[in-house]
Amino acid sequence: MSNLRTANIEAKDARIKVRWIEFTIVRSLMICALISVVTTLAIVVILAKESSGFFQEVSIYSFLAGLEWNPLIEPRQFGVIPLVLGTLLVSVGACIIAIPIGLGTAIYLSEYASQKTRQWLKPTIELLAGVPSVVFGYFAVTSITPLLQSVFPSTEIFNAASAAIVLSFMVLPTITSLSDDALSAVPRSLREGGYALAATKREVSLGILLPAATSGILAACILGFSRAIGETMAVALAAGSTPNLSLNPLQSAQTMTGYIVQVSMGDTPHGSVEYQSIFAVAALLFLMTFSLNVFSQSILKRLQKSYD
Amino acid sequence: MTPEELQRKLQSSFTDMDEIPLFKDNLNARARGEFLFKWTVRFSAFTAVFIMSLLLYRVLQDGLPWLSFDFLNRFPSRLPERAGIKSALYGSCYIIVLTTIFSVSIGVAAALYLEEIAKKNRLSQFIEVNIANLAGVPSLVYGILGLAVFVRYLDFGRSVLAAAATLALMILPVIIITSREALRTVPNGIRMAALALGATPWQTIWSHVLPAALPNILTGVILALSRALGEAAPLIIVGGVTYIAFIPESLFDSFTTMPIQIFNWAGRPQVEFQGIAAAGIIVMLLLVLTTNAFAIILRNKFSQKSRW
Repeated sequence: MSNLRTANIEAKDARIKVRWIEFTIVRSLMICALISVVTTLAIVVILAKESSGFFQEVSIYSFLAGLEWNPLIEPRQFGVIPLVLGTLLVSVGACIIAIPIGLGTAIYLSEYASQKTRQWLKPTIELLAGVPSVVFGYFAVTSITPLLQSVFPSTEIFNAASAAIVLSFMVLPTITSLSDDALSAVPRSLREGGYALAATKREVSLGILLPAATSGILAACILGFSRAIGETMAVALAAGSTPNLSLNPLQSAQTMTGYIVQVSMGDTPHGSVEYQSIFAVAALLFLMTFSLNVFSQSILKRLQKSYD
Repeated sequence: MTPEELQRKLQSSFTDMDEIPLFKDNLNARARGEFLFKWTVRFSAFTAVFIMSLLLYRVLQDGLPWLSFDFLNRFPSRLPERAGIKSALYGSCYIIVLTTIFSVSIGVAAALYLEEIAKKNRLSQFIEVNIANLAGVPSLVYGILGLAVFVRYLDFGRSVLAAAATLALMILPVIIITSREALRTVPNGIRMAALALGATPWQTIWSHVLPAALPNILTGVILALSRALGEAAPLIIVGGVTYIAFIPESLFDSFTTMPIQIFNWAGRPQVEFQGIAAAGIIVMLLLVLTTNAFAIILRNKFSQKSRW
């Protein structure tokens, strides 16, 4: 009898042990999942705290509405508009180039390409997304700027146009693959209806698929735009570092990201106004990309509902 | 019967000719439109391929003359003929290994919690939305976070450890999202079978679900790591230095990485340094693109034939 009893106790011990292990593991997995929430909180808290120090020295109004950005030399001016303008100039330019090409590629991939072409073309486009940003910056400086200079002799060595062009290469994969997904999500019956009415592929693509996939494509474009705003190294290399209040793409321009990198490359003392200014600029950048991302996600969510 | 004849016949059978709209078949124009459209989308689809090959050609042409075994084995220098990438290569490798350890353990654990354990309640939904938003935060903002939290608050200094922790936070959302997608492809029957045999939830996950999802998880991890390998912006903010003539030996040593070094070289005015930058890019691209291509091949292989 005692044998059975000890066996019972052992089994019970083992069960308690297993339960205990389960409990610990589940809790530690949960802690890992919560790290993402902590990260978000940390981003918000740090951006708010450090830029509040900056806003004690510079008023929010003169930061957001000021037309001159001159943070390093006296008299200092902290008007962020030239940086925002530079960012918009470069990223809107990139989208103007990338959206038609990306849409064309998506239509080709989903409607025209054979299975075989698709199989190698899609990975190649994705490979473009894997090329590091610095490489595009190098490409802009050594290839695109000389090309622009031979067409427009007034082009400066660092200019917004070449930054916009390489940036368009960088957001092209994003726009292409998300638009491709949106086009593939259009029900087959809509296509077949079009072909049954003897429409050509062009008429089906432009007249039926594009309108049906509008929201998905819009989300893709917004996401591409928000990527372009946050892109750093290529733009920092190609666009130069003179904040300019002009819309001339052949001139040098500084973007918000370019400014943050410029300050970080130099040795700025901790606690100085320049040091704090990068937090203020980063906070603005974060707000811009965050609202764009939330917007595009809400569009995508509505899209999912409409097809379910 | 041609369309014209058909039209005439139809019209003659009506008494009041004005009531019938003229039936216009602009077949030729439609065919021409179709032809033009087809070549436009085909052309745009091959832009990406064209850009990719131009970029590779340019980099190889500039960089190959500078590339040698010595280049890999020399420290950076002010003289282009004596400059090398050794410290950056080692720095990148160390940081990537640490980043992998941090991000894979936390990321896969978080994915397991969200996909396998968490009930669908407000908390898990909030975490999910939060992760999707984190994935869209520009890399630069993670640099700011790393500067404030790891460099200053936790006092890691401008070190290898701070850099790896920053990069790990940056790729964490991507790893969680791709791992969750991988876990979702594991059929429910596998879970049911294990649970029915008396396995605890954790035993089921560890010995059945995780091995089945491993190839897809690995693909996502490799893609994320290759992104981290080429990323310079957050590391410049955390404090990568460009002139380091030693190999980091402890976690708290200062560091440089390949993209930072390339950024520095590409921004210099001398033409020789453009060649050095290109040589550095070749080394970096070899690492990044081979890992990328490996991941894409891995995914294609496993997505083509379902294993269940």
